[in-house]
Amino acid sequence: MRVVGKPLPKVDVRAKVTGSTLYADDLVLPDMLFCKLLRSPHPYARIKRVDVRGALEVEGVVAAITGDDLPIKYGILPVTQDEHALENEKVRYVGDPVAAVAAYDEETAALACERIVVEYEVLHPVTSIEEALSEPVDEPIHDYGGPANIHKMAALAFGDLESGFAQADHIREDVFFYEGNTHLPMEEHSAIASYVDGKLTLWSSTQTPHYVHRAVSKVMGLPMSAVRIVATPHGGGFGGKTDPFSHEMVVCKLAMVTGKPVKCTLTREEVFYAHRGRHPVLMWVRTGVKRDGKITAMHFKTALDGGAYGSYGVATTFYTGALQTATYDIPAYRFEGARVFTNKAPCGPKRGHGTPQPRFALELHLDKIAEDLGLDPVEVRRRNYVKPNTTTVNWLRITSCGLEEITNRVIQASGYHRRRRVEGHGMGFAVASYLSGAGLPIYWNKLPHSECQLKLDRGGVTAYCGATDIGQGSDTVIATVVAEELGLWPSDIRLVTGDTGLAPVDLGSYSSRVTFMAGNAALDAARKLRDLLVEVAAESMGCSPGEVEVGDGKIGALSFEETAQLAQERYGAISTAGSYRPPDLAGPYKGSGVGPSPAYSYSAAVVDLDADSKTGIVQVNKVWLAHDIGRSINPISVRGQVEGGVYMGLGEALMEEQAYRKALHKQPSMLDYKSLTFVDMPEVETILVETNDPEGPYGAKEVGQGPLLPVVPAVASAIHDALGVWVDQVPITPDKVLKALDAKVKGEAPRFGPKSFPDIPYPQCIKVDPPHVATQAV
Amino acid sequence: MLRLKPFKYLRPSTVEEAASLAAELNGEAMMVAGGTDLVPKLKRRQMEPSALIGIGHLEELKSVDHLSDGGVSIGAAVTLSKVVGDGELLQRYPGYVRAASLVSSPPLRNLGTIGGNLLVDTRCNYYDMTYEWRQAVGFCLKKDGDICRVAPSSPRCWAVSSSDTAPVAIALDASVVLVGPEGRREVPVSSLYQDDGIRYTTKQPDEVVAFLHFPPKDGWRSSYVKLRRRGSIDFPIGGAAAALRLQDGLVTEARIVLSGVASHPVIAEEAASCLIGRHLDDDAITEASEKAAKPAKPLDNTDLAYTWRKRMVKHLVSQAITEAAAPGR
Amino acid sequence: MSDSIVVGFTVNGRRREVLTKPHHTLLEILREDLGLTGTKHGCELGECGACTVLVDGIPQLSCLLLPHQVEGKEITTVEGLAKSGDELHPLQEAFVEVGAVQCGYCTPGMLLTAKALLDENPAPSRQEIAEALSGNICRCTGYESITRAVELAARRMEV
Ligand SMILES: Cc1cc2nc3c(=O)[nH]c(=O)nc-3n(C[C@H](O)[C@H](O)[C@H](O)COP(=O)(O)OP(=O)(O)OC[C@H]3O[C@@H](n4cnc5c(N)ncnc54)[C@H](O)[C@@H]3O)c2cc1C
Ligand code: SF4
Ligand code: FES
Ligand code: FES
Repeated sequence: MRVVGKPLPKVDVRAKVTGSTLYADDLVLPDMLFCKLLRSPHPYARIKRVDVRGALEVEGVVAAITGDDLPIKYGILPVTQDEHALENEKVRYVGDPVAAVAAYDEETAALACERIVVEYEVLHPVTSIEEALSEPVDEPIHDYGGPANIHKMAALAFGDLESGFAQADHIREDVFFYEGNTHLPMEEHSAIASYVDGKLTLWSSTQTPHYVHRAVSKVMGLPMSAVRIVATPHGGGFGGKTDPFSHEMVVCKLAMVTGKPVKCTLTREEVFYAHRGRHPVLMWVRTGVKRDGKITAMHFKTALDGGAYGSYGVATTFYTGALQTATYDIPAYRFEGARVFTNKAPCGPKRGHGTPQPRFALELHLDKIAEDLGLDPVEVRRRNYVKPNTTTVNWLRITSCGLEEITNRVIQASGYHRRRRVEGHGMGFAVASYLSGAGLPIYWNKLPHSECQLKLDRGGVTAYCGATDIGQGSDTVIATVVAEELGLWPSDIRLVTGDTGLAPVDLGSYSSRVTFMAGNAALDAARKLRDLLVEVAAESMGCSPGEVEVGDGKIGALSFEETAQLAQERYGAISTAGSYRPPDLAGPYKGSGVGPSPAYSYSAAVVDLDADSKTGIVQVNKVWLAHDIGRSINPISVRGQVEGGVYMGLGEALMEEQAYRKALHKQPSMLDYKSLTFVDMPEVETILVETNDPEGPYGAKEVGQGPLLPVVPAVASAIHDALGVWVDQVPITPDKVLKALDAKVKGEAPRFGPKSFPDIPYPQCIKVDPPHVATQAV
Repeated sequence: MLRLKPFKYLRPSTVEEAASLAAELNGEAMMVAGGTDLVPKLKRRQMEPSALIGIGHLEELKSVDHLSDGGVSIGAAVTLSKVVGDGELLQRYPGYVRAASLVSSPPLRNLGTIGGNLLVDTRCNYYDMTYEWRQAVGFCLKKDGDICRVAPSSPRCWAVSSSDTAPVAIALDASVVLVGPEGRREVPVSSLYQDDGIRYTTKQPDEVVAFLHFPPKDGWRSSYVKLRRRGSIDFPIGGAAAALRLQDGLVTEARIVLSGVASHPVIAEEAASCLIGRHLDDDAITEASEKAAKPAKPLDNTDLAYTWRKRMVKHLVSQAITEAAAPGR
Repeated sequence: MSDSIVVGFTVNGRRREVLTKPHHTLLEILREDLGLTGTKHGCELGECGACTVLVDGIPQLSCLLLPHQVEGKEITTVEGLAKSGDELHPLQEAFVEVGAVQCGYCTPGMLLTAKALLDENPAPSRQEIAEALSGNICRCTGYESITRAVELAARRMEV
């Protein structure tokens, strides 16, 4: 490999260090207007009247619109088209947009918003999972779902649970709570639309231009061919910019109404309301084990606080039950999940989508089981690890799997088993797994998930791909793959990405799918181009194509440029195309669409910390993180993703929370939403393990999300190691640690966390035969 | 982008002029030094002055002067960074310099002044929020409303004194020179505050804090310990300043002052006096810390659980005493 | 609306006079009046560091600075850091090489703060780097790579 695996700088990085990268809010179009949204101050209310006349009287205001102007509903999932760009009937959370103004400057737009009169009839808000489960005081938040304010329920059973639990020597039950938190990208969301010649263009800081394309087309009533979405360079996403958003729809509409370009940039507070962050999840788990720790059966229940809208919630619900089996061989597994609506900012996907919460619960639960059995927690996990090239009880196809190796490496590097055992100091270990891209698209279709086109002409090679670089380095991956195949440098490749008007479809930067899927599409296209060039060069050299070597700017004896010219002389315009669609991986049951992936990454973490028994304050000293990357295409980017994942994991473990007082966001600011500063960040030792996945591009798997997952339980586990108490709820703030210590002193269970799990009217479980049984039956 | 509402900006050329401008405008104007406290609050519309009177540019307020009696006078417009970088101040008043070094983050300290820090507005998480947020929750006594959201039955505001440097300045018996339209007066820093979340200072609105005046070191050791969630940026959610004089290992004089526990810096007199005449052994420190902690009654209006913050006070005090007694203080 | 004012200062070596309002912050003037969009914003309240610029060589938050406060000052933004199109500042080179940039949104503020640090302290320890940059939040990198980049630049600038 010439460029794959080399620590080359990212292709877009020089622009970023010189300040020349244009993010959405940096774009200025001639005669542009500025938009501000008027948002609801009530968590739950019926809208009786919206009067924008006052706004229109303000000098400098060009247009003001309401929900009546945008009546068509949308939503990221086809099954939950439940959002209006501007609500005209009901507001469902504080921050729900109801009207919008376009003016010559932002100050005027803001002022004009204050002149809009909205009459509300206030309804009784639903603020917690418990409330959402009981009969609503007023009408349910949505006209679908139910009973009460339940949005979605899932109930699945794989294998013979009864006999699994019957075989167990020990059965344990635990309850955990994972508080919601948010992405907090440094860049506040921003979008600009222009409408010229009947064609609408939207530049937006979105991670998913293709899905926005569909939604905008639907809401504006324009054919897809009249809409172009450009994903601008991204100031951070982490899942927070994967839904179609109100402000995106509104600028499109305002551009169409006014005939001028319109920009809307959210304030930090509005970003907290746009949210779509980590769901708060209450979890109950019951597991049967043999004396040696081998799991015989597991029953996992979750309850998700979804906030006001559907968003990705149906998928999230399934994700809270899907990947437990990706790390542990669980012969019989039952999962029940429910998502409820509440009058809070809508939750959605954040780094790890729906899996950090159950991972936190599962890993701590295994620690506790190990403690019950007097076994080493690492050993208990090892005894249950899934093996490569197997299929799990819930039909996940496991291919490459470096669990053993990442465990050995991280345990060795950290000296976990040789740790100082003094009160106040502790180490914790945990593992996790994540998808290299969702096996299924968000809306049902059989099309490729990613497409890439290469153009070769006198201007060199250009790669066109809808993939969106959100800072994770996906542009660099595409350029590296193409360069590798053509014997060039990544910097030689011109890129056109994230643009639905110019580049073919890629589904977006979510579910860690880009390197795997866009990488494979680029590889497909690049190999085709390479073959074509090799053939031309072979002919000119008078040898067989097999004898032509590609590299260092040369195709055989010819320079790349010479070969390109010969090829064009012979074929005329040259382009090749490649695409990727994952194999059909879904199991034979309803709900099997969530969880399958062409490959799973694995991560293991050890956290070393000091915890003060007087104050409850935790100081993390160091984190070791070993990650099974398959193969790293760019080790610098991979390491960056690991370190960033550890950072975010520590934040979620210790301080980040989307906290509410009743239905009102308690702290929508960067000061109050605590994200670790430079001085709070411990040293991170990254260990990369390569397992060469058979289907990944050059063997690569994901790294964007996985490394966050084990960090959270490893922190909790280390605190237990240090102080002998369990904090079964994140974020683990010092007051919770002290409360757990208080309980210990009083002789109660030495823990802090939820006491019980509510009664949820889950439906009858769908009984699914595990793969081996099903195959036998055939 | 969150933006400011319009105001006039006045740029007096002397401190006296600043004071008379303020008097003329009669409550319509506010003074601004670094603006690091004020500007965010204006953006959130927690105050709506029609004019700002800039004082940060006044050269006369920008120097650190060593006085003939061994004391030091620091101009109100001296930045916190300058104080942090002043080796001599560190030697004499280590607690004060420590407190200054713990204010917020480096870029804020480059702009924020020591005068502004003494007068930093009291804080409350029902109040330090945008206009829209406050509108959603309902306005409160301190701005635009008529009840206290933290203690709804209370007739007063309980916003929290959040200055890092005020407690140490009080512990070191510093005073401030105030320049008003009627002339100058010098008052102890301890009398600059009152127990009211809204009118938290006794300074008249048309008075400028011109200088912070420290008495000679004279054997006074000092320290400051701050409680906050992160190692930077965050305001104190508790803090303890200690100043001590020791002779032959015995405490001869002591002052302990708390921040972040009430609407004013709290002087823990009983705690300090119980140290007098004693060795600073564990018993003495524990007794003083517990005494200091007793009156502190934090409310649920800053970061983290107030019950936890209450429990932390004694640890802060104990650490502050220990640090003040350490060599080099 | 308040009256307009004219403020004069130097930006990246060039003398500028801007017609603005007393309540427009330096952040707005740089981005909106002067088209210098390299300076970013993440909160507009002094809480994130994204808007950091150098004022007379000292890192300050442009979202808090009023025009009168920068009258006559020398301002450096990220656009003024490189010597020329090809020749980046050693810090920029180091950020590129070690991968201290992911989304890049915190990067201008980080670079400028780091520059001020190295100007004053050419060989900072890891702890000093962390302290100096502790007002700048980065959500992507976990700061590790930024530390490595500053260390690398410091080593190179010393020789
Ligand atoms: C994110 C963030 C974090 C912060 N963290 C902390 C912290 O940890 N600890 C802390 O103590 N502070 C903190 N602050 C508040 C503030 O930055 C500091 O207190 C700073 O020292 C204030 O000084 P300034 O010159 O900027 O004050 P300004 O904002 O200019 O003024 C503050 C107040 O004092 C008045 N004033 C200022 N100077 C004078 C004077 N000479 N005479 C009369 N009145 C005057 C002003 O009218 C105003 O009411 C923080 C602020 C922010 C935005
Ligand atoms: S303490 Fe009460 S009155 Fe004072 S700011 Fe807070 S809510 Fe308002
Ligand atoms: S934008 Fe200035 S500090 Fe965040
Ligand atoms: S690189 Fe994205 S915020 Fe720092």
